[in-house]
Amino acid sequence: MRYLPLTDDDRRDMLATIGAPSIEALYRDVPEAARLTSLIDLPNHQGEIEVERHMAELAARNVNAGSAPFFLGAGSYRHHIPASVDYMIQRGEFLTAYTPYQPEISQGTLQTLFEFQTMVALITDMDVANASMYDGATSTAEAVLMACRVTRRKRAILSGALHPHYREVTETTCRYNGTEVVLSPPVTDGGEDLTGMIDDSVACVVVQNPDLFGHIRDFSALAEACHAAGALLVVAVAEIVSLGLVAPPGAMGADIVTAEGQSIGNPMGFGGPHVGLFAARDKFVRQMPGRLCGETVDAEGQRGYVLTLSTREQHIRREKATSNICTNSGLCTTAFAVHMALLGESGFTRLAEINHGKAVQLAERLGRVNGIEIVNDTFFNEFTIRLSRPAAQIADALAAVPILAGVPVSRFYPGDDGLADLMIVAATELTTDEDMEALANGLEEAL
Amino acid sequence: MSNVKFSKEHEWVRLEGDIATVGITDYAQSQLGDIVYVELPDIGTTVDKDGEIATVESVKAASEIYAPITGEVSGVNEALNDDPSLVNSDAEGDGWIFKLKVADEAELDELMDPGEYEEYVKELD
Repeated sequence: MRYLPLTDDDRRDMLATIGAPSIEALYRDVPEAARLTSLIDLPNHQGEIEVERHMAELAARNVNAGSAPFFLGAGSYRHHIPASVDYMIQRGEFLTAYTPYQPEISQGTLQTLFEFQTMVALITDMDVANASMYDGATSTAEAVLMACRVTRRKRAILSGALHPHYREVTETTCRYNGTEVVLSPPVTDGGEDLTGMIDDSVACVVVQNPDLFGHIRDFSALAEACHAAGALLVVAVAEIVSLGLVAPPGAMGADIVTAEGQSIGNPMGFGGPHVGLFAARDKFVRQMPGRLCGETVDAEGQRGYVLTLSTREQHIRREKATSNICTNSGLCTTAFAVHMALLGESGFTRLAEINHGKAVQLAERLGRVNGIEIVNDTFFNEFTIRLSRPAAQIADALAAVPILAGVPVSRFYPGDDGLADLMIVAATELTTDEDMEALANGLEEAL
Repeated sequence: MSNVKFSKEHEWVRLEGDIATVGITDYAQSQLGDIVYVELPDIGTTVDKDGEIATVESVKAASEIYAPITGEVSGVNEALNDDPSLVNSDAEGDGWIFKLKVADEAELDELMDPGEYEEYVKELD
């Protein structure tokens, strides 16, 4: 397909055909004040070489995650992606496949989705998982909507240790549909107890494990309190690798599990595209959002895969659909499934062990730095440190080195003085001894 | 089934005392195809006439069931949880969906009797 812009003659012909005097006339319904009166002042076109040179200069102003000691986490994690993952997802059959409505020509994609769902259900210890959502945040928002459908209640309590982006997306999603979203204030010490807020008006309580500050929680008692009040427990997992070691939400009694799957097979990519995981108890399957792939047999009794339980999706039920999600993160899902298949159960556990080991080593090293207090008693591959000076200043000072030291909590809660000295730091299998030394020395100098 | 009334939304209502049993008509089940799931209401739920109260899901679509009269749900057909195809095999008998404690018996007068419903369906075909 060639792309040819319109010529002035083309425009004249089109305007004459529809009887409009000018292109501007087509915009007369837009208020005058909102219209541009002249073109934006953009530089003239340039040749490909000049454009590449310019873009390379712009790109060089970023600090690449792989080019400096890197300890950022808080919802997006730097993990190794095997070259075979990229090779597999770039095969034309996976790269170009769109929503597999036609099982007769989509068995490969459908089988991949089915296996992805099986992996998600296994690691979260839930009955059923869907073929993915956009990311952990939208997954969590959808879980709140689903809990409202299941309980026929319109009130959700969001933990103060749930990722602030998940909270914001949930709030936005619920703002105009009559759902009341209660944002519990941030609790940084891992001791939050929401049981006192649960009553028979609550559709669900949403918590995170490990939580935003890295603490590992046991939500079994919270699950019981939710169920006693007829509410659902939603557990979000922002670092999916944690499930290689940490007890899964399903084992704690969660009704819905949402997660960010980026850590397996997908790059951070400035925050997206990522892949949202969504799993639930079997009895709620008909209220689940998104695509669901099922295993069946064809007319000859051979195993095959199809999209299933689609009758509540919007292409069939329109305004009464369970969700307005139109698609899933297909390629990111494929990358997740390929990477997880390469790891296998023992490889996944081993990856989690390495991550935890690196974080323990980092905590021990940072604990010896003057002016740093380790906040956590428990953590997986990420924990919070309290600094003797405002964390945002320190992060900026170290970025100039460059060392990407961690995420200052003030980025999420600006203006909250009580949180200003906190920084969330993460280590993964990619963190080296040299990286840790560089961070410890950098902090020592800056504090 | 002389005491049975029918709605334009293809539900039937049978009144016994102040309790009305409600299901979808044989015509409705034949239009929907194989029923795979019935989402039953909660007992104690109050519903206005024409309010959404249950969902019937076939292989083709999920369809709302509207309350043909105002009332409070006093019973649901639990057998449909295990065997939703009862709605196909015996829509106007064992395939009943829920029972309502009737709030206003006069609302039944606004519904069709069997003969009127038969005519109504004929016009649709």
